[in-house]
Amino acid sequence: MHIMEGFLPGPWWQIWFAVSIPVIMYGMHKLNKLTTEKREVLPLLAVAGAFIFVLSSLKLPSVTGSCSHPTGTGMAAILFGPAITAVLGTIVLVYQALFLAHGGFTTLGANVFSMGIVGPVVAYVIYKIGMRSNINFYVTVFLAATLGDLTTYLVTSAELALAFPAEVGGVFMSFKAFATIFALTQIPLAIMEGAVTALIFKYVIQVKSDVLVKLNVISDTGVRKIKEMAA
Amino acid sequence: MKIELIVAAIFVIFTAQFIYMSSTTDAEYGGADGQAGDVILELTGGNYEPIAEPIWEPPSGEIESLLFGLQAAFGALVIGYFFGYYKGKTIKDQS
Repeated sequence: MHIMEGFLPGPWWQIWFAVSIPVIMYGMHKLNKLTTEKREVLPLLAVAGAFIFVLSSLKLPSVTGSCSHPTGTGMAAILFGPAITAVLGTIVLVYQALFLAHGGFTTLGANVFSMGIVGPVVAYVIYKIGMRSNINFYVTVFLAATLGDLTTYLVTSAELALAFPAEVGGVFMSFKAFATIFALTQIPLAIMEGAVTALIFKYVIQVKSDVLVKLNVISDTGVRKIKEMAA
Repeated sequence: MKIELIVAAIFVIFTAQFIYMSSTTDAEYGGADGQAGDVILELTGGNYEPIAEPIWEPPSGEIESLLFGLQAAFGALVIGYFFGYYKGKTIKDQS
């Protein structure tokens, strides 16, 4: 769930644009480099983008009695890094703002920052730490995608809290109020997203593990270890 | 098979939770973003005016689900197409 159109007053919506635009520009630059230098990764790029499309279209009912949707950005973040994920996330956010009145154009900067930048950065960092500390590949992917998703909604809460501090208790009290809505609703969805992301990685390894090695997502020995475990 | 089973189990728990919650409580299952909008109104004493309106809104809930459905279908199509492509290629390279 993104911040609705018009629900961030100035100067906040401009601030989030100012933060997000350089990252998107850098992401486009990296995307350009990737698509000219490693053309064989294009299908996987399309799959990662499509994964965001599917997951962020599924508004699911949660334990809190309200609905929210996963982000799907964990996969792209692990495969291509946060900058390129920011570009993919922006495409989805523009689609939803334009055709679904979901999110919005004034709040696009803030929504890109939470869903396209901070969430993916967290997913990426957790993935790298997990792989370095030799935790099981799928557990690492699960943790990265789950925590990346949750972070997105914590950041959304923080963005709203900064713009609307409570009279009593200030930003912190507002953050608690927004996080209760967003993050609490999100917990079961984040777990689901983590599991589904781990599943899709299983299939990517089955059919196209050499691209993962080329993208430096996983080493040759890592692939062999996973395949042996499955056998 | 293990991960498939885990995903299936999570899905079943999730569904059971939904059936239980929706039949025992009168939860409305509105969007979390709408609820945040209500909190904003509360925090500002009810006089917050959104600074912008959506350029275009789906005229009804049906049209909205249509467009969400299209979004999911398009994504699923792309994922299925390329996984099939890769799979076919692997089989061909092996033979």
